[in-house]
Amino acid sequence: MTQAPDTTPLVKIRDIRIDGRTDETWIPIIKGVNLTLQRGQVLGLIGESGAGKSTLGLAAMGYTRDGVRISGGSVEFDGIDLLTASAAVKRDLLGKRIAYVAQSAAASFNPAHRLIDQHVEGPVQHGIAGRKDSAEDGIALYRKLRLPNPEEIGFRYPHQVSGGQLQRAMTAMAMSCRPDLIIFDEPTTALDVTTQIEVLSAIRDIVAQYNTAAIYITHDLAVVAQMADRIKVLLRGEEVETADTRTMLDAPTQDYTKSLWAVRSFERPAKPAVQTGAVPVVSMQNVDASYGKVPVLHDVSFDIHAGRTVAVVGESGSGKSTAARCITGLLPPTSGQILFDGKVLPADYRKRSKGQLRQVQMIYQMADTALNPRMSIGQIIARPVQFYLGLTGKAKRQRVDALLEQIELDPAEYYNRLTSELSGGQKQRIGIARALAAEPRFIICDEVTSALDQLVAEGILRLLARLQDELSLSYMFITHDLATVRAIADEVVVMKDGRVVEQGPKAEMFSPPHHAYTDLLLSSVPEMDPDWLSNLLAERGVDNIGDAAVNKI
Amino acid sequence: MGNVLTIILQRLALGFLTLLVVSGVIFVAVNLLPGDFAQSILGQGATPEAVASIRRDLGLDQPMVSRYFTWLGGALQGDFGSSFAQASFANFTGSESGAGSVAQQIAPRFANTMFLAAVSAAIAVPFAIVLGVLAALYRNSIFDRATNIFTLSSISSPEFFLAYVLILFLAVLNPILPAVSNIFADMSFSERLEKTLLPALTLTLVVTAHMMRMTRAAIINLLSSPYIEMARLKGMSPLRVIVRHALPNALAPIINVVAINLAYLITGVVVVEVVFVYPGIGQLFVDSVKFRDIPVVQACCLIFAAAYILLNLTADIMSILSNPRLRHPK
Repeated sequence: MTQAPDTTPLVKIRDIRIDGRTDETWIPIIKGVNLTLQRGQVLGLIGESGAGKSTLGLAAMGYTRDGVRISGGSVEFDGIDLLTASAAVKRDLLGKRIAYVAQSAAASFNPAHRLIDQHVEGPVQHGIAGRKDSAEDGIALYRKLRLPNPEEIGFRYPHQVSGGQLQRAMTAMAMSCRPDLIIFDEPTTALDVTTQIEVLSAIRDIVAQYNTAAIYITHDLAVVAQMADRIKVLLRGEEVETADTRTMLDAPTQDYTKSLWAVRSFERPAKPAVQTGAVPVVSMQNVDASYGKVPVLHDVSFDIHAGRTVAVVGESGSGKSTAARCITGLLPPTSGQILFDGKVLPADYRKRSKGQLRQVQMIYQMADTALNPRMSIGQIIARPVQFYLGLTGKAKRQRVDALLEQIELDPAEYYNRLTSELSGGQKQRIGIARALAAEPRFIICDEVTSALDQLVAEGILRLLARLQDELSLSYMFITHDLATVRAIADEVVVMKDGRVVEQGPKAEMFSPPHHAYTDLLLSSVPEMDPDWLSNLLAERGVDNIGDAAVNKI
Repeated sequence: MGNVLTIILQRLALGFLTLLVVSGVIFVAVNLLPGDFAQSILGQGATPEAVASIRRDLGLDQPMVSRYFTWLGGALQGDFGSSFAQASFANFTGSESGAGSVAQQIAPRFANTMFLAAVSAAIAVPFAIVLGVLAALYRNSIFDRATNIFTLSSISSPEFFLAYVLILFLAVLNPILPAVSNIFADMSFSERLEKTLLPALTLTLVVTAHMMRMTRAAIINLLSSPYIEMARLKGMSPLRVIVRHALPNALAPIINVVAINLAYLITGVVVVEVVFVYPGIGQLFVDSVKFRDIPVVQACCLIFAAAYILLNLTADIMSILSNPRLRHPK
């Protein structure tokens, strides 16, 4: 094959229209988008969930998921029309010249085979290299991607490798045939910030090194700013605008893009310091807890005062949610105690009185699974109203209506709906109303915004802030997102490996000197500056970011 | 692997416990059967004295609990007692050759049944799994539908009907195989195989549907997983996607269904044995129930129960082993 001159685009998508099937009808997902990608270029594709980013990314490979069809337009890869090409022609391109890196490497690696076996499958089946050569190349790629034990890691099964490492192994697998194009579909969304940064730098290096073109799909603007040469913004299946990364960041022309950029600026005003000697609403004192024989929490203590928000920050597995489970009584601590208004709460929720149970409510991360899909919204909210307050009949209905108004949903319209008819943000509002129905003084918010898009998440944060001011609620806000912490917290508790490593007022926590781990967390949060990652790497060196740095602490 | 070994030992112990419980149930159930051996052998004109005398000879006058433990103690040592029917014949003829022991009576029959089950399984399991894989590969195609219709109609037809249809086509119209499967101890393997083939084919038709449909369903169930999408996006052929990427992860449910069907091949073959006059354990079992020959009935039940438990145990262990998370702990 002759190398095409550099001026012809590698990918040329014209007026592509894609439909998805819901309830026996075809609903348009992508409504006529153009996309051009030159060799060696990285295009960032951003937008909210449901904007059609992944669908468009897969369409660039000539692939659609079940229940999705391409109804119009054209997709050309290096002059080959992928929409009319036979399955065999496409199979020959996929994996070999176009590769894919999925959002969750843990789910996208086959659990039944070793990493290296999956790595060599592409080259061997496409007839590019033998098993042995390809495996050696795999080890070389693992080394380039700075995976620990590159010689040995390939012989492990996916469940034996951590999420961040798997994501790099998947990037290596995508590279195994040295493709011309890689589609990265939210490759770091499921990772912790400190891990994300490692994966980002590894992906960026290797893509630059082999001059591979890439489409980088994400909803995180700061991430895309580090990775992409150009950015395309999508909204409900339509293009909003496309521009060079720097132009896009400095001078977005469209209102929607500007609103995306503005989300990160929400920050509620600081509250006055808590009076010394005030009795905290909830106080964890020297709590140890374990799952079976595995100890999870070690000597955890912190206080939450009336009308304040305490953000508990840490990576997955740091014990944030376990601390919440101890407070609710779902997991009785092995030692230590939990005080409510200065009085000791029974460790087990079964031993708590109705009044004690009422005071501690929870809002969950996945509103989808936390709400009973068989019950109407009215029933969901009415249940705690009746259970805790004993209201029935008209009084109950009035209370539910009042709650719906508090969360800014019209009672007449929503009372009889099922949760499946709501958007993600609306579902989360129902979760809030259900917690409020018990009229608690303390609410645990467990990653309540992490499954939501930035604009929607901001709406939820503003609602929570307003409710706190009106009802003088105390929040324990569990999150791994430091932008959220900045927006809503009064005090911050940083956890690592089941211990509190640092705690204090937000202002102090966000200014130096920090505990080394807090510092690492803060410095790992991507910023909108496109030079941020390069600067950070230059400043710290590759060995002082991510897991490597965590292990040093 | 120490982990896995513990699990296996636990399951074995549990299986043994189950067998113990089942033995109690069998004993009680068999003894609750109306009528008894003495009455059935003496017929309507039996005097109470004669019945009592035979009952005393056979130990039937002992209380049930002590009989149970005597029987259980013997069974644990491989001694299932003496067949009532054979024992009385031995009394009549005055010989003491030991021909009356249940174990001796069952052993050759059981071997025959196992042979039939093995031949059927050797045909049915690969056939069902290949059909299942192909049906999953060409899902919703004519082939898929035809396979489903064929296997479902064969499982829905009575076994004797299938047997007669096979006899009609393979023994009567085209005399390829013998219609009667009379098997003797000193037959050569190939002769034995030839005689066994027709019942084995009948049983294959009976058990294929279940295994094939489970294979198909288990594979299709996985086809929307991200790792299957990944395999497709790596440009792998549909056959490779199914055989290499879906099948290894679908093994656990398939193994379980295979085990249940294997157990059926051992315990549920009475009708087929009768049709083909195959001297297996099923026929012996039915005859013994007819004569109230309690020791034989009990022994057969115990063997059937053991087969079920052992096969399910094997299936459990193999499904556990098919999970790489357990084979290769972190």
